[in-house]
Amino acid sequence: MPEPMPAPRSYLARHPAQAAALRHAAIGAAALAAFGLILLLAGKDPVRAYKDTFTYSVADWYGFSELLVRMTPLLLTAVAVALPSRLGLINVGGEGQLHMGAFFASAGAILFPGLPAWLLLPLVALLGFTGGALWAALPGLLRAARLVNETITTLLLNYISPLIISFFIFGPWRSRESSAYPQTSRFPEGALLPNFFNTRIHAGLLVALAGLLAYWVLMEKTRWGLEMRAIGGNGEAAQRLGLPVAGWIVAALALGGGLAGLAGMGEVMGIHGRLRQSLSPGFGFTGFLIAWLAGGRPLGILFMAFLFAIITAAGDTLQVTQGLPYAVINILLAMILFIVLARRPGGAR
Amino acid sequence: MTTPLLLGVLAGAVLSGTSLLYATLGETLVERSGIVNLGLEGVMLLGASVGFAVTAARGNPWLGLAAAGAAGAGANLLFGWLVVGRKANQLASGLAMMFFGFGASALVGTPYGGAVIAGLPKWRPGWLGELAWVRSTTLFNYDLLTWLAIPVAVLVAWVLFRTRWGLGLRAVGESPAAAYAAGRNTAALQYQALAAGGVLGGLAGAHLSLSLTRTWAEFMTGGRGFIAIALVIFSKWNPVRAIAGALLFGGAEALQLQMQARGSNVSPFILEMVPYVLTLLVLLVWGGSRRLNAPASLGRTFYGSN
Repeated sequence: MPEPMPAPRSYLARHPAQAAALRHAAIGAAALAAFGLILLLAGKDPVRAYKDTFTYSVADWYGFSELLVRMTPLLLTAVAVALPSRLGLINVGGEGQLHMGAFFASAGAILFPGLPAWLLLPLVALLGFTGGALWAALPGLLRAARLVNETITTLLLNYISPLIISFFIFGPWRSRESSAYPQTSRFPEGALLPNFFNTRIHAGLLVALAGLLAYWVLMEKTRWGLEMRAIGGNGEAAQRLGLPVAGWIVAALALGGGLAGLAGMGEVMGIHGRLRQSLSPGFGFTGFLIAWLAGGRPLGILFMAFLFAIITAAGDTLQVTQGLPYAVINILLAMILFIVLARRPGGAR
Repeated sequence: MTTPLLLGVLAGAVLSGTSLLYATLGETLVERSGIVNLGLEGVMLLGASVGFAVTAARGNPWLGLAAAGAAGAGANLLFGWLVVGRKANQLASGLAMMFFGFGASALVGTPYGGAVIAGLPKWRPGWLGELAWVRSTTLFNYDLLTWLAIPVAVLVAWVLFRTRWGLGLRAVGESPAAAYAAGRNTAALQYQALAAGGVLGGLAGAHLSLSLTRTWAEFMTGGRGFIAIALVIFSKWNPVRAIAGALLFGGAEALQLQMQARGSNVSPFILEMVPYVLTLLVLLVWGGSRRLNAPASLGRTFYGSN
């Protein structure tokens, strides 16, 4: 009896990378279709919305440069989620950490305006990192002490840091020359990040890419990364092995929060040049989605951050051409998550 | 504290606490069945916007309330399909619901941004209005949802602890395998808890837009959904204890509004932080006892039923 012939394997089964790309494209198309249907039900024109987004963002040089501008904070807030997630920690506080970074960086520019740029700029960046790190270390400490789960604390802290900013820009830091609008005066040139190519692309993009690279090196090439991944794999075993689990919980959240803080620093020092309200249209939350969808992989984060820059650009398009609030774009984000969650049974990441 | 300020805070505590209490009760029901819904904030926003939109369009706040409850139940059932039907991760699914609520409420609410509504009618028993110390305040001048808040809390407690259905629900939250072995339909019980919790969450949001502010504003729930999740922990998953928690947090909010109205020197932004800081403190103090009081299978996916 001859062996039965094995079933011929399909092209996709032989090429997992292509299969993954196809899967992602299908998920994206399904989410776009679902969101388009909702727009249609709301009496809007989804085809025009998608076409406008393409014309004004991807197919236009200035629009494209704006995608890179948007990608800058998204990369950092995504790594802010991805790094702690390697230990099984859920950081949903990127939004608050970003604002805290912006606040600390601004404090540096306001307190030491006379410093030369080579000193002031690193100081401002360091302060931005510190602000975000502190804001994430707090939930880390509470979690490490087994008091409170970090998910709910990071979420709650999101609501506090914008209020701290409001307190200062309506109060002691309020600019005298533009009293109609609550914001600080323009920061000294030495505190500002340089721009490139006559666009709003600023040095924060390099910081973000460096952050992503550092994350990869830390996780894949160092003993520390190995320890963190071990804790994420089996915390109990890691503890018994003598790894400093509590210390790593605080450190991972603080490192992540610091990166989100750098995103806030970049928005203030690279885009606005001063501290004001509405620094972020949900960069922290979008960063969470990016990290989660990319499964914490650095290249995935890079790709997803670009994709989500386009999606958030669609939010702007909806606002400008269809008279819808920017927040509506959250529906599209939710649709993507719904589909991915429904497809990954068993609560697997 | 002067007497009028005290009475004002008390009256405000009840009004602000109403929404928190309904939300907390809804989440308590859901968590008792073993499911954490982090999307409560989104469910509340959806209730607030749908309730307001229907009220503004049809001029009938009762219709608005019904629509808000239905929207909340619908949102929670969608969440249920993910976490029960598809066995997806509960925290991630909850955050997806939060995003959905952010976006959908903005879509529904925006056309009614400037609409003026009469809102839920308020009513005070005549004999209470006769009392001199009551007459000058809004004390006891409440809408139906506020009057019913405490009875509903007692009702939820009764259902949870004194009925067969409640017993089954709690059994699913503690040990779905045991409940399943005892012949309970674990998935059906969880869907039912989610639907009931969704109605309460939707009403909680609607109370904000239909009674408290009588306007629609994007993100108007301002984190109350997350505060309610913390209140569930604070109240040790007990609906009657939740009354005290809701009053405490309602009081914090009311104190802030009263101080602002009276031209206090303290910055409104500092006052606005109070409920969030208070929530963190509550979590800090009561969070440690979580493992003793939480349903044993809270947040875990049950694979045994199919």
